[in-house]
Amino acid sequence: MANVRVLVGTRKGAFILTSDGKREKWDVSGPHFAGWEIYHVKGSPADPNRLYASQSSGWFGQVIQRSSDGGKTWEPVDNKFAYEGATGTHQWYDGTPHPWEFKRVWHLEPSLTDPDTVYAGVEDAAIFRSSDGGKSWQELSGLRHHGSGPRWQPGAGGMCLHTIVLDPSDPRRIFIAISAAGAFRSDDAGETWQPINRGLHSQTIPEPTADVGHCVHRIAMHPSRPNVLFMQKHWDVMRTDNAGDSWHEISGNLPTDFGFVIDVHAHEPETVYVVPITSDSHHYPLDGKLRVYRSRTGGNEWEPLTKGLPQSDCYVNVLRDAMAVDSLDSCGVYFGTTGGQVYASADAGDNWAPIVRDLPAVLSVEVQTLS
Amino acid sequence: MVIRVVLPAHLRTLARISGEVTLDIEGPAMQRSVLDALEARYPMLRGTLRDQVNQQRRPFVRFFACEEDLSHESPDTPLPEAVVSGAEPFLIVGAIAGGCD
Repeated sequence: MANVRVLVGTRKGAFILTSDGKREKWDVSGPHFAGWEIYHVKGSPADPNRLYASQSSGWFGQVIQRSSDGGKTWEPVDNKFAYEGATGTHQWYDGTPHPWEFKRVWHLEPSLTDPDTVYAGVEDAAIFRSSDGGKSWQELSGLRHHGSGPRWQPGAGGMCLHTIVLDPSDPRRIFIAISAAGAFRSDDAGETWQPINRGLHSQTIPEPTADVGHCVHRIAMHPSRPNVLFMQKHWDVMRTDNAGDSWHEISGNLPTDFGFVIDVHAHEPETVYVVPITSDSHHYPLDGKLRVYRSRTGGNEWEPLTKGLPQSDCYVNVLRDAMAVDSLDSCGVYFGTTGGQVYASADAGDNWAPIVRDLPAVLSVEVQTLS
Repeated sequence: MVIRVVLPAHLRTLARISGEVTLDIEGPAMQRSVLDALEARYPMLRGTLRDQVNQQRRPFVRFFACEEDLSHESPDTPLPEAVVSGAEPFLIVGAIAGGCD
């Protein structure tokens, strides 16, 4: 029987939650890297025992950890993220030019085919790649230098490159998203990039339909349809059917279309999950009710999923990297909250239960389905 | 000469060491040579005390010795004689202002 391993990054360490295919009883291991912020932990699809973790602290900066045994032991690897070429400037909050400064790694995306190749999305926004298991990092600088970089501005959480999506049908195609610059695509393995923000409409920027400047919170793809992407923007849930060439809104009947996470069912490419959050000034669920919304029609028609989730007095947030799905026959859905709960559903969202309740604030959740 | 270095707990864990570190320093003992020797022996500490690109001390890292704050000294200023002689350790401290929660 398959097992499931949930990798949880929190404000004060990483936790690894494991269960069998029933997903009823869970073992909790951790905290790993106790006391450090763990923005993201992710396993290699090509070798599930190869994990990468982003470990950082306000005192001691960035560390990258690597495991070759599924998280039992870890070794620090290289943490030198040096921007390539002229550093350049982006816009600061007040509109003045501000030099690019490395702060942390938000997201680690292992290659779909090579355990030693991994991409890192960093703040200030840039993408790096390692081809030697994290022993060295090289910036794919065509992203920062493609032309619009000087116009990018940080979102409230910093100017972070937080989403990296690899196309399983085309190893040269990469999608990324930056708060608050927008979504970008490379069709040549990261050498050159183009903004893919046509159709986005953001009232919070001077030119609502500008080519860059949109606060994209998360992008999700179903591997069987890599040209279809779903996006949770600051406000608005969006969809593209042409790899980002144009987007259209699918917020439909959501009670609010602000939020951070979005994900796709492992076996149903038209089944999409979001967690609506009241607003950008109220980073908690509407009416104190924690509800996942599911669309089985690729958007627009959404149903609330509430069984097992708190339906009163709940004021947590669910951050952008904190939802994932497993690939068991009955698709499991998982998300973590800033209140330290990790909720799991073993039946595609119909019923939920907490795996753990009292972790530090959850920053990220990833799932590995192990045979 | 042998310099005694005390690291903060998080970095002792990262480097998998306990207690003080003793470093053999060739040439003048100063912040730069101590940090160079420390990072050479424990490569996982690179970037945790000073920026790897510009070599600037991280803002919330402090260097103390002999009840003095040496953080704002030039990295090339000779360390106090008591540190050079091994009578006193070179203290690397996470500033009390560091971290956000």
